[in-house]
Amino acid sequence: MIINSILSFEFPPINELLRWRDVVPGLNKVGLIAIASALIGTLIFLSAARKDPKVAPKGTRNLAEVIVEFIENNIIMQTMGRDGLGWTPFLLTLFLFVYLCNVPGIIPFIQMPATARMAIPMFLAVLVWVVFNAQGIRHQGPIGYFKNLMFPPGVPKALYILITPIELISTVIIRPFSLAVRLFANMLAGHLLLVIFALLSEALFQARDRILIPIGIFPFFMLVFLTGFEVLVAFLQAYIFTILAAVYIAGAVHPEH
Amino acid sequence: MEALSKIVKAAADAATGDEKNIAAAGSAGFAYGLAAIGPGIGIGMIFGSAIEAMARQPEAAGMVRTTMFLGVAFTEALALIGFVVVILLKYA
Repeated sequence: MIINSILSFEFPPINELLRWRDVVPGLNKVGLIAIASALIGTLIFLSAARKDPKVAPKGTRNLAEVIVEFIENNIIMQTMGRDGLGWTPFLLTLFLFVYLCNVPGIIPFIQMPATARMAIPMFLAVLVWVVFNAQGIRHQGPIGYFKNLMFPPGVPKALYILITPIELISTVIIRPFSLAVRLFANMLAGHLLLVIFALLSEALFQARDRILIPIGIFPFFMLVFLTGFEVLVAFLQAYIFTILAAVYIAGAVHPEH
Repeated sequence: MEALSKIVKAAADAATGDEKNIAAAGSAGFAYGLAAIGPGIGIGMIFGSAIEAMARQPEAAGMVRTTMFLGVAFTEALALIGFVVVILLKYA
């Protein structure tokens, strides 16, 4: 309010920052980004798979191999061990889709992470929830799975009054909720920070009082710094989402004894 | 100096203006500040311990890093839920 009267600067209502008009009927920017990231991920791996396996890899194939090795060494081997290598396709798809949805947040002229709308993180979290519960039921049987879930072994009998509801709620409700909210809120917070500093530096650079113009350098530096930070966050959130999915699946497949 | 006088005038206007909005904005900021204290301390402790562990046993760095990110993810969720609540308070 104070800033308004000096700079003619008004922070837009939040719907204006997040709700986009339809570009194509029925599809707005967020939908297009989601479709594009799905297509790009598929195309990378299709074009990498078509290369002759006998010659030394180059180009897209190198890229694809780096991604696969990253998933195998840094996510699956650390959390699920050697048995989990069969999960590479699922986790790779998850990682690549989340990452490619995050990255448009910092690409100039697009500047909107598709995961900053709740729909995509929520859907992915529900998908992970269904997968790890189904795996748990498949590997331990429905009774065994829920028995291990609610009555973890090695706990004094009296403590089950406390532990059973906590474990049940944390696995069934909190896990998918926090998985979705973590990704969504991180990307939304990053997007809002970029918007705030971009608008502030623009308003200061165009201020009527000449004395305010040099001050605009500070929010601009902050904007540059935060854009670099968002590069890291986009990767880190995709990594954390995938690693948590791997941990949940590993926990359901191999119960504690 | 014109800017300074404008700030004073705007502050005086704001004090008599719609107080409810100001209170909402102030309490939303305060709420997020409170939500950030605990996770801030927690993440600092996680990173500190992870650095110590990596320095003592560099060969275990990979495992420590994975576990560190897991811990950070769980701790950070609390601060992020605070952020979401603030957005809901302010705009919903």
